[in-house]
Amino acid sequence: MTRAATLERRWGARAWLLLVYAFLYVPILCLVVFSFTAGEITTQLDGLSLRWYAALRHDDELGAAVRLSLQVGALAATAAVVVGTAAAVVLARFRPGAGSGVFAAMATAPMVMPEVVVGLSLVLLFTHPMLQPVLGGRGVAAIWAAHTTLCAAYVSVLVQSRLREMDRALEEAALDLGCPPWKVFFVITVPVIAPALVAGWLLAFTLSMDDFVLAAMLSDPGSTTLPVLVFARLHHGLKPEINALATVIVVVVSIAVLVANRVMQRAQRRRRAAMHAALRG
Amino acid sequence: MSSGPAAPVPAPPRRPFFLLRGRFWVASLPWAWLLLFFLLPFVLIVNVSLSTPDLAVPPYVSPFSQPQAEGRPVFPPAFNPDLGSYRRLGDEVADLARPGAELQYLRAFGNSLLLAALTTLCCLLVGYPFAWHIARSAEGTRNTLLMLVMLPFWTSFLLRVYAWMGLLDSSESGLINQALLALGLIDAPLQLLYNSGAVLIGMVYSYLPFMVLPLYANLVKLDMRLLEAARDLGARPWTAFVSITLPLSWRGIVAGSMMVFIPAVGEFVIPDLLGGGGVLMIGRRIWDDFGPNQDWPMAAAVAVVMVLLLIVPIMVFHRHGGRGDGAGEAGP
Repeated sequence: MTRAATLERRWGARAWLLLVYAFLYVPILCLVVFSFTAGEITTQLDGLSLRWYAALRHDDELGAAVRLSLQVGALAATAAVVVGTAAAVVLARFRPGAGSGVFAAMATAPMVMPEVVVGLSLVLLFTHPMLQPVLGGRGVAAIWAAHTTLCAAYVSVLVQSRLREMDRALEEAALDLGCPPWKVFFVITVPVIAPALVAGWLLAFTLSMDDFVLAAMLSDPGSTTLPVLVFARLHHGLKPEINALATVIVVVVSIAVLVANRVMQRAQRRRRAAMHAALRG
Repeated sequence: MSSGPAAPVPAPPRRPFFLLRGRFWVASLPWAWLLLFFLLPFVLIVNVSLSTPDLAVPPYVSPFSQPQAEGRPVFPPAFNPDLGSYRRLGDEVADLARPGAELQYLRAFGNSLLLAALTTLCCLLVGYPFAWHIARSAEGTRNTLLMLVMLPFWTSFLLRVYAWMGLLDSSESGLINQALLALGLIDAPLQLLYNSGAVLIGMVYSYLPFMVLPLYANLVKLDMRLLEAARDLGARPWTAFVSITLPLSWRGIVAGSMMVFIPAVGEFVIPDLLGGGGVLMIGRRIWDDFGPNQDWPMAAAVAVVMVLLLIVPIMVFHRHGGRGDGAGEAGP
């Protein structure tokens, strides 16, 4: 290949990357820009102001929805990490036995199953005449259970890949030295797979915070999560207040992702250095 | 007694026994959870799809329910399935040839499959070269580039769809219309929102990361020496791509396509916000039958048919993508 062709190709690659990133970010950028409008229209910049941020701060309904979403998200993410990690251990460590095919299918299916179907099936569960007294019908608990089921699938995939790539020798050595299996898991396995657990928790938290379909189908009047409220408002006329909300979310998420990324990279580097030092003796 | 042959033996069997018991408890948590919150709900969907709609709470009569007249419950209860919901779908299939038939469910199924297939294709066409270029960029920048793909995925999905409502707005204040009018390319605003095209753009936009990540995970492992060898032996770039890159990245393509196609078929939010009344899709049919129409048996029957339609892609996903090398990269 001639040099000109290589150069041309490199510029082609850059152009394509730039184009797709523009496709991904221009809509978000528009949301941010028009959140500073002083007017009432969401797509016109009629002077600059922060009035919609002020409106956001005094919106009690929105505040309640945000608080509920944060609570459900944290609880669902925590439960999802527990259930998902247990599922991952079963899938990655236990000898396949009867029903393990069914188990593997069930563990990943919520990830791809259309949300409307999962939502409908869970509504039928929670409103079933015989189960309703036990499970408590629709409401916050139902949304929590639904989010846990969905997120546990993601967590189990993340943790599984970590379990498979970790060095089994560590666990085996501890077992050979007479350490009981549960202790091996908590003292050896958990610290090694910790990055996957943290990543899984964060992923589960965002998925739960972001989910509309399950939350809407399973909500009762007292359990309006943020996406359910936003969806209702999108149907009742658009206001730049939603842009302001989007801007806040984008800023918070960007900072969180940057920090998480930095922390994880540093931890990885430190672990690699420690391993290196240990191997050299 | 201490010299008996049994004395040293008891130690080894203790651990397997303990392990077995521990294993049972570890496995029982996810098993119980999935049986209760995944499998049982599916059994209930099938059951409700065979029920009769009713004006009650919940709005159906189970095929297992006892007739009111009989006093004492019988065990096992009689099973009287009502195939009415499936018959409505079957009637539409029979009506297929008749001109002017309404066919709301069949059309919704067709639209959903078509739009999901188009979304998958667009995501693949945009995402494959994109993932390739990320995988081939310098090691230090790769992480940043990937994070930039993930970032929109972490921000609110609803609000990203909302952003497209502003961009595509069909009035003069729509952002794309504003730009085109200002540039003098058009005289009157275009009808961009509330049609299938808007839904397609929204779905490609929302699902693109799900295509890019499995593809990237696959392409980054590709041995570049194979392509160099092909080039040295005189293969044209296209030949090298078709005979080396494409077959080697097949798993990534399958995993990414399934990650996009399956949820896209059942998508509800995007057609609802960007499609307007004209774009019938199956996720919306289920939603409408479940919500405003209060016809839960019909919603359940449609859901059952949808899962049956998707069972093949789901199996393919489970075999090729569900094992962590593709979908697992969805994390940070």
